[in-house]
Amino acid sequence: MGFGGNSQQLLSKIATNDKHGENSPYFDGWKAYDRNPFHPKNNPQGVIQMGLAENQLCFDLIEEWIRNNPKASICTPEGVHQFRNIANFQDYHGLQKFRNAMANFMSKVRGGRVRFDPDRILMSGGATGANELIMFCLADPGDAFMIPTPFYPGFVRDLCWRTGVKLIPVHSDSSNNFKITREALEEAYKKAKEDNINVKGLLITNPSNPLGTTLDKDTLKSLVSFINEKNIHLVCDEIYAATVFSSPNYVSVAEVIQEVEHCKRDLIHIIYSLSKDMGFPGFRVGIVYSFNDEVVNCGRKMSSFGLVCSQTQHMLASMLSDENFVTTFIEENSRRLKKRHDKFMKGLEEVNITRFPSNAGLFCWMNLKSLLKEPTFEDELKLWRVIIHEVKLNVSPGSSFNCSEPGWFRVCFANMDDETVDVALNRIRAFVGRETKKPVGIKRWQQNLRLNFSSRIFDETTVIMSPHSPIPTSPLVRAT
Amino acid sequence: MKLLSTKATCNSHGQDSSYFLGWQEYEKNPYDEVLNPEGIIQMGLAENQLSFDLLESWLDRNPNVAGFKSNDGKSIFRELALFQDYHGLPSFKKALVDFMAEIRGNKVTFDPNHIVLTAGSTPANETLMFCLAEKGEAFLLPTPYYPGFDRDLKWRTGVEIVPIQCTSSNNFQITEPALQLAYQEAKKRNLRVKGVLVTNPSNPLGTTMSRSELNLLIDFIKDKNIHLISDEIYSGTVYSSPGFVSVMEILKERNDLEDCHAPVWDRVHVVYSLSKDLGLPGFRVGAIYSQNDVVVEAATKMSSFGLVSSQTQYLLSAMLGDKKFTKSYISENQKRLKRRQRMFVSGLQKAGIGCLKTNNAGLFCWVDMSHLLHSNTFEAEMELWKKILYEVRLNISPGSSCHCAEPGWFRMCFANMSEDTLNLAMKRLKAFAAAEFNGSSCSKKVTLQLGFPAIVS
Repeated sequence: MGFGGNSQQLLSKIATNDKHGENSPYFDGWKAYDRNPFHPKNNPQGVIQMGLAENQLCFDLIEEWIRNNPKASICTPEGVHQFRNIANFQDYHGLQKFRNAMANFMSKVRGGRVRFDPDRILMSGGATGANELIMFCLADPGDAFMIPTPFYPGFVRDLCWRTGVKLIPVHSDSSNNFKITREALEEAYKKAKEDNINVKGLLITNPSNPLGTTLDKDTLKSLVSFINEKNIHLVCDEIYAATVFSSPNYVSVAEVIQEVEHCKRDLIHIIYSLSKDMGFPGFRVGIVYSFNDEVVNCGRKMSSFGLVCSQTQHMLASMLSDENFVTTFIEENSRRLKKRHDKFMKGLEEVNITRFPSNAGLFCWMNLKSLLKEPTFEDELKLWRVIIHEVKLNVSPGSSFNCSEPGWFRVCFANMDDETVDVALNRIRAFVGRETKKPVGIKRWQQNLRLNFSSRIFDETTVIMSPHSPIPTSPLVRAT
Repeated sequence: MKLLSTKATCNSHGQDSSYFLGWQEYEKNPYDEVLNPEGIIQMGLAENQLSFDLLESWLDRNPNVAGFKSNDGKSIFRELALFQDYHGLPSFKKALVDFMAEIRGNKVTFDPNHIVLTAGSTPANETLMFCLAEKGEAFLLPTPYYPGFDRDLKWRTGVEIVPIQCTSSNNFQITEPALQLAYQEAKKRNLRVKGVLVTNPSNPLGTTMSRSELNLLIDFIKDKNIHLISDEIYSGTVYSSPGFVSVMEILKERNDLEDCHAPVWDRVHVVYSLSKDLGLPGFRVGAIYSQNDVVVEAATKMSSFGLVSSQTQYLLSAMLGDKKFTKSYISENQKRLKRRQRMFVSGLQKAGIGCLKTNNAGLFCWVDMSHLLHSNTFEAEMELWKKILYEVRLNISPGSSCHCAEPGWFRMCFANMSEDTLNLAMKRLKAFAAAEFNGSSCSKKVTLQLGFPAIVS
């Protein structure tokens, strides 16, 4: 499609720049997985996907509910009498019963400690659409939002790409457990002002991706008072709210605003989605909840660009207002996440891999600093490439989350079955086992390992293997 | 420092226009055959409610799809629930392009790899703007045009619309002088023209574009080295001659497009949706079709902001993949639209009201009520519109909301109600028109529901 230099002007800058962020390493690992995906029978040597924060643990509960509630679908004989009404419904207010059910669900997830007003619920194309929408409402091109690191890589696309908004990272590190401190916020804000950048707000994810932790009430309160003082917005992405599986209990910003004196509610907005809590990213259910009437008004009109499918609204209106189901689901989801989390952590502990203690999320924040030759991002990426191509696990390097210190990796554990978790853990154990047995000062993986690896077996059914005893019957050996 | 963005506080979402105000009035006092027989009849919403029974009976015959099951009865709920790949479900894209080809009499075919799925045509149009233009740039649109374009094309993108003025003298067809004038107008406003956007079949005209118009457009964009977007959302609603000719067909026919520096094929993009042809606006199914790889790539990434639900993709891949069904649906749908339009036009005639005689498509008529205006002005048009809204209790769309260059035209939808309701609407209109045009010596003051007095003389 030969376009000359002149014809690049035929398209917009947005279409031709790379601010969609998909050239980041975050997606490289995904591509490696796509080319060689693990399958227990068909491709047991493939790459295991541990870079995708999906919740696959509770489908059986949802499937059972759907089977028992055929009226919730407009396509079944029991529900088809609603077909034309629902198929025709494109009102950007959304179905009232859907919003009622969402408000009810969001409240239940927060232990009933806060109530949500269905009239403040706006729909959007998943949390992706929701985050972009709130930026369009709150900021102009060139304005900036502060965002604590490490943060979800997709934010670069969602918050900045088409909106023209800038991100100002607020750094935290392990020295104080990645806490978002008042000092760090003030410093980042001050520097932005000095650089003549118009700061419109602060965006946090709570529970955090990639840390997997919930914010304590005091920190939340201090964030609220910070934005109040500076008269800037606070956007809280609470997409992982129902993935909290152990204490401390979850505290939503919605609870805190009731407790902060003279809180300017007009500055507070919540982003939500069912992609993580319920595990259906395919259905595209994103929500913007704002305490600001003007934002609700404007955002509602903008939701035309990404309404939730009416068929889905109808189904969820039924599902999420089923009190028994919701209560059971929330509890069971939590319980299974905890079980999966504990299993995975135990496996890591066995090879002395430390990780950031977490109580939520679908992943863990793994500390592999000891495996870096030098504490640099260059070495982090080298290690990452080995993990992808040699250990065959797609994990996400901390640098793709804008983490300020090298050596951290996000590893997802809720998007696979128990057997695959075992395979992954075995591979990790084997890899770390080899790394720690080598002579001091030499990091084996820094050498060209290809030949060595090909003669070694990754027999996932056995326990940790000695790096020096290849099994001659390995299919890998036969293949090379 | 202002708290919200400029976009949030301006009104270029266009929703202060009468198009939306009428909608609001309807919401306050909606007609219902039983519960509110004096209420306002909605004739401002271009919906296709004529063929739901065909879809419902297809669902009846295909229970597996309804229950998240594959053909062999296996549950695929999990796979669908997790599927968020912005490349879309391959089987759905295939079924969709086949459907699009079928609507065009298979005179053109579409490559599923060049289709981008979006949550309705609203984001499809906005996404194309984001890909092709930016602030300080403009697209030319023939008037009258769909009022929603002011929001979809301009609001968040910063792109401007410059009108190509069309008139009733030639049934609102696009002419070369009008194109050139619009291009110059943009220049005067210091806007760089990036392309032309047309709706074919046209909303609100309800007509298909002629071959000569389409060729004229291709000549124009070739000469100016700009884009052409053809919103073909109503392509399946063409019910009488001349049939539908897609811009893709014209491109295929021409043999002068290969030797350009920047190929014309790379600058023509089609927008589609199932909201009008299948009557499924609630399902949010839209698409962008382009031969331009860079556009497809960028638009695909942007579709993340509004993907089509996997549940819907699966359901429709089965429905549209049923070729026997699609063939009979397309033909039956068109028959019903034709019958309904005939009924409507005849009702208008009885009221002494005419409409665009080239009307052969869409879910509405472009109606000429200029003879009922007190003066040939848009003020008079708004007066008439208000009377029709509050007195006759019909919500219709005034031409000014569609940026029409001449006062007195109104878009009236006829496919979103039962036959009985349409008959009632025609009765009301007839009574009103007779009274308005009576020219009798007595003058009556009619106080409307909202106390808006209208003098009928």
